[in-house]
Order: sequence, then structure tokens, then C-alpha cells
Amino acid sequence: MKKAEEIFEILKNEFGDIILSFDKDTPTEPIISIEPLKIHIVSKFLRDNAELQFDSLMCLSGVDDANGKKVKDADGIDIIEGGTLSVYYHLYSTVLRHKITLKVSAPREDAKVESVENIWKCADWHEREAYDMLGIIFLNHPDLRRILMPYDWFEDSFPLRKDFKVPEFYQGMKIPY
Amino acid sequence: MALKTETMILNMGPQHPSTHGVLRLELEIEGELIVNVKPHLGYLHRCFEKHAEAMQYNQVVPYTDRMDYLAAMGNNFGYVLAIEKLLGIQVPERVEYIRVIMAELQRIASHCVAIGTNGADIGALTPFLYLFRDREYILSIFEETCGARMLYNYMWIGGLSHDIHPNFVRRTKEFTSYFKNTIVELDNLLSYNKIFVERTANIGILPADTAINYGATGPVLRGSGVKFDLRKDDTYSIYNRFDFDIPVGKGLQGTVGDSWDRYYVRVREMEQSLRIIEQAIDQIPEGDVQSAIPKKIKPPKGTVYTRVENPRGELGYFIISDGNTNPFRVKVRAPSFVNLEILGELCKGHLVADVIAILGSIDIVLGEVDR
Repeated sequence: MKKAEEIFEILKNEFGDIILSFDKDTPTEPIISIEPLKIHIVSKFLRDNAELQFDSLMCLSGVDDANGKKVKDADGIDIIEGGTLSVYYHLYSTVLRHKITLKVSAPREDAKVESVENIWKCADWHEREAYDMLGIIFLNHPDLRRILMPYDWFEDSFPLRKDFKVPEFYQGMKIPY
Repeated sequence: MALKTETMILNMGPQHPSTHGVLRLELEIEGELIVNVKPHLGYLHRCFEKHAEAMQYNQVVPYTDRMDYLAAMGNNFGYVLAIEKLLGIQVPERVEYIRVIMAELQRIASHCVAIGTNGADIGALTPFLYLFRDREYILSIFEETCGARMLYNYMWIGGLSHDIHPNFVRRTKEFTSYFKNTIVELDNLLSYNKIFVERTANIGILPADTAINYGATGPVLRGSGVKFDLRKDDTYSIYNRFDFDIPVGKGLQGTVGDSWDRYYVRVREMEQSLRIIEQAIDQIPEGDVQSAIPKKIKPPKGTVYTRVENPRGELGYFIISDGNTNPFRVKVRAPSFVNLEILGELCKGHLVADVIAILGSIDIVLGEVDR
């Protein structure tokens, strides 16, 4: 069983600059931030290293940080420009019984994160959900389609973004609210 | 001339009695054998997570009921634990005991449906009726306590919506002593029934390492022989005070990790839940169940991930607070959502009729899959 500080040290020694920061001022769980396009390499190491053995991905959540500028677009609708979208990974080792939280942040306009689907199979649907709800693109994901919204939903409309507006019509049907 | 062979696509659902809700399965079949299964979800999608962002923390509780509507107590439990952890609230002993008893009663009620429908899908209708009759007893205990049969809004942040009814202890004891006979009856009627065993043993075998990699939890994981239960392994509330075992699949009728093992783990789990209730029911201390409820809920900035052992597996809540009265983000890791992902893997090479037996043994609730 390893503490979050020790896991951070191991990762820092192994990967150096890819590991961005260690946030331990949170009330419940420390978070390690990682470069979004290198997350699959770090994940593979976390799973296969004998001292860490993170064999289970508990949860993968996409988050709209809403830390950009609030501006009005051409039609006078409030949108958020700039800032980041994040993905949180909650890992657990069923063998060594320790946990860690990883976080990657990608720019909102071009949110691209490497997929960890081939490391933990359960990331497949979680990543599809994060794409469906927030528009985060997972590179090298085998089947990145919408999962909860209809397949013919508007291409650039993502419900969990903070500046999401309910469209007035969908396929010619009026949306009541 | 060689005969040209092609696979065929068969649509199962969304309106199909054995999909336990509105789930569409696209089966790719070769004759009667399954080549591939592609689940299509979202027919029950209400975007709970978006609703939660517009609610105050305490207003989210009734929404959690409506995810896994067969185990609403467990859903409440996970959510309030997450917020209490973020706020740093210690709830009174009485509340802890009542919560554990409610969660375990709910586990039995939920397993009754899981086992009953699993049997009914395969053709055993009698146990289904017996189990629904006994589940009704639990639901009437809940109704007496908080006024609702299925969607309770019972556990609040820091306490409970109502104290237990004066009849509660007596009726719960009545139930625990009575329900033991039902389990014996169930074993005789269904568990070792030749037809049921033929339909489920050696069907849909899930090896332990695949189960962990796919993130399976709950009876699906334990059916594969992995002794992992959050109540023991990542204990929460007061579960460490009770003495109970974790049943795992042993392959008694076939191979470890087959549909029968998953079914059997649920039956034995009901016995363990009875044990927990029997220990807890005599120890409920006196006290006020609403004394720790905060007047204003405004957690500090930060994130929290808590998980509880729901009847279907690990229910996780990931909550981000930005210091306001509304949650900034609520993400639910629903056990059915993750467990359903394995279906394609399990069905390969089996007959079309086995899809129903396998799906029943995974035990999904679509309200939770789609949220």
C-alpha cells in the first residue's frame, strides 16, 4: 500500500516533465496532473509496475472546468471561450489496495486526450460518455460514438458543457423546455 | 459450388420483456450462434448529471432514487456519504445503524427481483411470484417508515427524513426469521433445479482477470471467484462492526464464473444481509436522527469520490464542489452501466436463447445505465 506522495515520487522519477503537478490541498483526495497526450503511457506504467499494480479503473469522468472567458457570440448567446476540459481517472489496486486520482486538462476548443481503453477495458464506455456529454476526443479509441444521446444529435452540441443551450427543434420536433 | 454464408443481424428490444427495461441489443448471429452483441443505450436518458448541477445539494437526493429504482436506499446512501465526507460531518450512531439496516433490507428486496426475473426469463415462474410476495413485506416496512414504497428520499445529508416507526423493530425481526424459510424454499425450487442448472451452468463464463479489467463489481465480480466486497475491503459507515461472510462463485454446477455462480452468489448474499440486520437491529442506540443535518450546505472547494456496495456492485459518486450551494459536477459511476459492457464478451459463441439467461444473471437496471 502506497501513499499518494510516494506514487507521485515514483511517477516523477520515471516520467519527469510529463507529470505536471501534485495538488494535495484538496479536502479528501490528492490529485496528480498529467499531460493529456501521454496519459496512456503513464497508465500502462501504473498498471504493470509491480509496486503499483493499479489493475482497476473505478471511474473516468469528464468535466467542464468553465475557466474560460464568458463572451457573447454573433447571435448574442452567452458562450465560454478558452479554458479547459478535464478528465479525472480514479484508480484502485485490488491487489495492493491503494487509490490514486489522476487528472488531465485539454484546451476547450481542441480537447484531445489519449484513450486508455486498451489498458482498462472499462474505460471504453466511460470515454464514450465523456465524448457524448462534453465533446472530449479520445485519440485511438476504437469506437468513439455517442452513447446516451441519440446518434443523430447535433454534431457540436454537448449537454454537460456549462454553456449548453437546449436547441429549439430536434429533427423537426419542438423541444418543450 | 460452395454455399455462401453470411452473418445475420437480429434486433432484440428496445421493447422486450427480458431486457428489463428499454435496452436494444443488436445481435450478430450465424445460424443460432452469437458472433457479436452490440448494446444500444440511452432510451431512458434524463441527464441526471445536468439536473444535479442546477439543484442544491440536498435537492439532489430524490434524483438519486430514480437511477437504480430497485435499490433507492443504496443510491441515497452513496450520495449522502459523499457530501458528508466533503463537509466533514459525523452523523449520530442511531443514524448509522438505521442506514445500514435499510441498505441491507434494500439489498434483499433488490436481489429478490434479480433472482426472480432471472428465473422467470428462463421459465421458472413460481419462485418469481414467491420472491415478489416477500419483497412486498420489505417495501411495506419502508412505506411505514417514510411513506414511499420505492423512491424514498429517506437518507438526508447528515441524517434521515424520518425516525423509524415504533413497529419497525418488531416487523423487521418477523421478516428476518420468516425469510430464512424462503431461501430454503428457493434453493429447493430453483437453485438446484435440473432445468435451471442446465440453462445457466457453463453459460456466459467470466474469468476473474477479465472481470477486473472490465471493471465488473458486485455479484458479477464475486461470481467469478474474486472475494471483493466494498463493505469489507473499503469499508464505510459502520460495516466493520458486523460479522458476515462474502460469498463467492465456486463453480459448484459447472465452471467458476458462469451464470449459475452469479445467481448463486446473490442467494447466499441475502443470507449474509439477514445476518447483518439481525446483529444491527438489537443495537440501535437512542438519539435524534435529525440533529446533525446542516442548516446550510456549502461544502469547501474540492473533489470527492466515494463508493458504496450497492446490490448491483460498486456505486461511485464523483462530486466537484466550487464552494457554492450547488454541486459543480456530479458524475455517477453506475454499476449496471459498467457491468453491461461485458455482455458482448460473455455471449460470444452461445445460443440466442442464452443471451437472456446471461443478461438476467448480470442483473441490470436501465434507469441506472442511462441515468
